[in-house]
Amino acid sequence: MMQFLLMGGYAVYVWPSVALALAVLALNILWARRSLASAQREARRRFAHGRREPV
Amino acid sequence: MAWVWFHRFGSPPYFYRVAGRLTPWFAWPALVLCLAGLVWGLGFTPPEWHQGDGFRILYIHVPAAWLSVQVYVVMALAAAVGLIWRMKVAHAVAASCATLGASFTVITLGTGMLWGKPMWGTFWAWDPRLTSELLLLFLYLGYIGLRSGFDDTARADRASAVLAIVGVVDVPIVNYSVVWWNSLHQGPSIIRAGGPAIAVPMLIPLLLMIVGFYCYFAAVLLVRVRGEILRRERNAQWIAEELAAPGAGVGSGGGSGAIAGTFQGASVPNSPAGHARI
Repeated sequence: MMQFLLMGGYAVYVWPSVALALAVLALNILWARRSLASAQREARRRFAHGRREPV
Repeated sequence: MAWVWFHRFGSPPYFYRVAGRLTPWFAWPALVLCLAGLVWGLGFTPPEWHQGDGFRILYIHVPAAWLSVQVYVVMALAAAVGLIWRMKVAHAVAASCATLGASFTVITLGTGMLWGKPMWGTFWAWDPRLTSELLLLFLYLGYIGLRSGFDDTARADRASAVLAIVGVVDVPIVNYSVVWWNSLHQGPSIIRAGGPAIAVPMLIPLLLMIVGFYCYFAAVLLVRVRGEILRRERNAQWIAEELAAPGAGVGSGGGSGAIAGTFQGASVPNSPAGHARI
């Protein structure tokens, strides 16, 4: 296990790489979901107040 | 037949619904493949002869690098289709690619620097491969910046599409930089004449990661495109019907745990509102 974590002396390069990738990928999931949710909220509001009533 | 397919996907309500249903089919494989590839690649492949365990950065760097370039191609193609056929959905796809592409490029450059330091002795060099990849990042950022400069979506679509299409010249430069010029960066080792130059035990987890990254891209892209479609359609009646349908919400897929909840938009039941609109 220790051997795995130390990465043969390359731990300071390997683990930050993994962390960077995971962080950026996770952020993208978050952003995409937020963007869809806000579009849905906005559309709901528009239809609630607008000319057209939701069916 | 291809044209029927093309027109169907050009219809925002159709695309919106199908995208919602397809999302988990990409999200779950993405999670499983990336997890398997990462654990296998980091923990169970033998260390490389020259680079020891340092080579393991490959399992992130290579998939991210492939996607960084290929997402750009998808973006430019979608932008071209949107420009030529005035297709809203295509513009929505192009606009949704930018953040994802920029993210893959950031991962590529970041992991590349972290790999370059121990192997080349430097984080950065003005090498053809590195420089053209950096230019790719600027193209994505320029595209995003240009779009945000317009209030009118239709004008933003047209202007940014032109930028995306012109920027495509950078794609072959990134691709062939290691062949055309004498580069610090190694040449292609997977897709090359004579087969991959990577030993099979190292190659399998890499392929898992690459396919996993593709699935991840597809899943996140679909979620983004749905948001873009909603914003573009404004007053279309189908949206009212869609949103009124029971269970239509971002995370409401029946409490289906981490990732399904994470990626999935609504699993939308069939609703009778299929007015095709392009």
